[in-house]
Amino acid sequence: MRFRLTEDQRVLKSGFREVLARRFRTEELRGAVDGSGGLDRRLWRELGEVGLFSLRLAEDEGGVGLGVPEAVLVFEEAGRALLPGPLVATHLAAGVVPGAATGETVVTAVGGGGLVEWLDEADVVTGDAAGAVPLRSVDPATPLHRVPGGGSSVRPDDLFVLLTAAEQVGTAARTCEAAVQHARTREQFGRPIGSFQAVKHLCAELLVRVEVARVAVYAAAVTVDPVDIAAARLLADEAAVRGARDSLQVHGGSGFTWEADVHLCLKRAWVRAERGGSITESEELLAGELLVEAG
Amino acid sequence: MDLAYSPEEEVFRARLREWLAKALPSLPPKPSPDDWPGRRAYDLGWQRTLYDAGYADVHWDASPTTRLIFLEETERAGAPYVGANFVGLLHAGPTIAAEGTAEQRARWLPPILRGEEVWCQGFSEPDAGSDLASLRTRARRDGDAYVVSGSKLWTSHAEVADWCELLVRTDGEAPKHRGISWLAMPMDAPGVTVRPLRTLAGSTEFAEMFLDEVRVPVANRVGAENDGWRVTMVTLSFERGTAFVGEVVACRRVLVEVAREARANGAWDDSGVRRRLGRLNAEFRALWRLTQWNVSEGEASGGVPGVGGSVFKLRYSRARQELYELAAEVLGAGALDLGCGWVLDRLSSLSYTIAAGTSEIQRNIVGERILGLPKG
Repeated sequence: MRFRLTEDQRVLKSGFREVLARRFRTEELRGAVDGSGGLDRRLWRELGEVGLFSLRLAEDEGGVGLGVPEAVLVFEEAGRALLPGPLVATHLAAGVVPGAATGETVVTAVGGGGLVEWLDEADVVTGDAAGAVPLRSVDPATPLHRVPGGGSSVRPDDLFVLLTAAEQVGTAARTCEAAVQHARTREQFGRPIGSFQAVKHLCAELLVRVEVARVAVYAAAVTVDPVDIAAARLLADEAAVRGARDSLQVHGGSGFTWEADVHLCLKRAWVRAERGGSITESEELLAGELLVEAG
Repeated sequence: MDLAYSPEEEVFRARLREWLAKALPSLPPKPSPDDWPGRRAYDLGWQRTLYDAGYADVHWDASPTTRLIFLEETERAGAPYVGANFVGLLHAGPTIAAEGTAEQRARWLPPILRGEEVWCQGFSEPDAGSDLASLRTRARRDGDAYVVSGSKLWTSHAEVADWCELLVRTDGEAPKHRGISWLAMPMDAPGVTVRPLRTLAGSTEFAEMFLDEVRVPVANRVGAENDGWRVTMVTLSFERGTAFVGEVVACRRVLVEVAREARANGAWDDSGVRRRLGRLNAEFRALWRLTQWNVSEGEASGGVPGVGGSVFKLRYSRARQELYELAAEVLGAGALDLGCGWVLDRLSSLSYTIAAGTSEIQRNIVGERILGLPKG
């Protein structure tokens, strides 16, 4: 048992993080948020070039030939960067929809709750989006449509849920780092606020949730077992949503402003939590497994 | 990333499983919780059985993965836990192995492995629990002995222990972390008085210990004089790193039993109960994965557990309490009957966020040592 990153996996993860740090900086994030320009097609093709979409496609089909664990690592980094766009849907369409693998074609999908992200910008839609109506999306970097009456009937497939959970872990890690950074530097009563237990303990719990969610996601990537994926999803949603809320709390008044990134993390985490389908369903799946074992 | 075990590890697991199936049916009946001499004999007997079968040193010499398999399989099979051997096998033993001299290792380690001597832990004091470094039990040098006076609290297994891993203050002038030494004190030394402490669960799990001019040979000091704090940190990292591993497997099994009970008594029809069962299943699955991750990381870094144990302990201690809260809800009025095993476990779970470093202390450790936040 070697349940830790291999050297190749470390290099892949840090390499992709560096690409995003160069290519998707605060300016680009702010551009996407204030976003008149829609989806950045050039960035999309560049993501295609570095293999984000073709990662699991076999090498003789023009892909990178890696597996689900590696996909989880790069989607974690995409989540950390708050990279916008229907990334998971396009990745899952590689090898099925022409041009998806290279980033020439933008593919979106009908996800949990009957929601469709980036419908107006997408070239192809997976699932039936007929009659979809636009919402005023809570996440300024994710335009949303909703399929009428489609909410409960849509069950996202496991890989869609797992890669979404990986993005949630990345965002959760970002919120933790931001909280810690703020707590180290912001002074009140003549001391950094991170020296106060009330703040320090919020930060510690942020980290605990990230660590637990991350191993659950990594393990589910190795087993690709539906129950593991449901568990990973629950913990990753919790880490991202509660993490963003606690990070906002640590940031205090400044966290409540549009300029702070923390609300973007929270809103994206909300959108992704919906993408994975009903939370109750995941909980019921996990409960059902206990009964099977009980015999 | 790989969750598969190597062929050698699978062979170890298969042999262990086969051996457990043969060894467990011949175990004597379990003594009652308050029968300390009976418990001592039972726990030492099990350790001797492990020794004869070649499994005694699995906590020390085996690879972390092998140890994980050992804990997983023994728990699954319902084998006895370390019990009275807890401190010897998981605290004092590893500490002596890491920090002791050749003579000290030869004197103390074999009897722990053979199930001949029981150890207890003399760390906490009435005014030094979470702030362990402020302990006041004094040791003054008198020739080739330390003369120790003071008192200790929450001393598990003190009533039946042969040895105590004792923290004493050997330099009252030094900063509080610097003047501490780690001693192995014989429990039959004149001046040692043990008084049982009754816990809220009704049992006498711990004891108070009073030390009145107790002579402990200088040769019994492990590590340098006044270097006991560092030695203790070695001990505590073992405690947080591996001590709770088998219990995760046990909790997962209890969760299945709670689901079975819920189905039998109709509580299962409540979607709120089902959802909480599902959540806790996710929780214990993830805690097991975290264990596997920590073990794999530990194996890569030479086997010494790090502060990652604090992350595990924080989450595990809370999950365990939630498990028994849910069990009580499923039981309804039955949760008020001390005759039900879950009720005692519910009571004992209350200690998990306090013992071995409170959750508040663990959050300080995570905040300061992992996240690098300033000290308060």
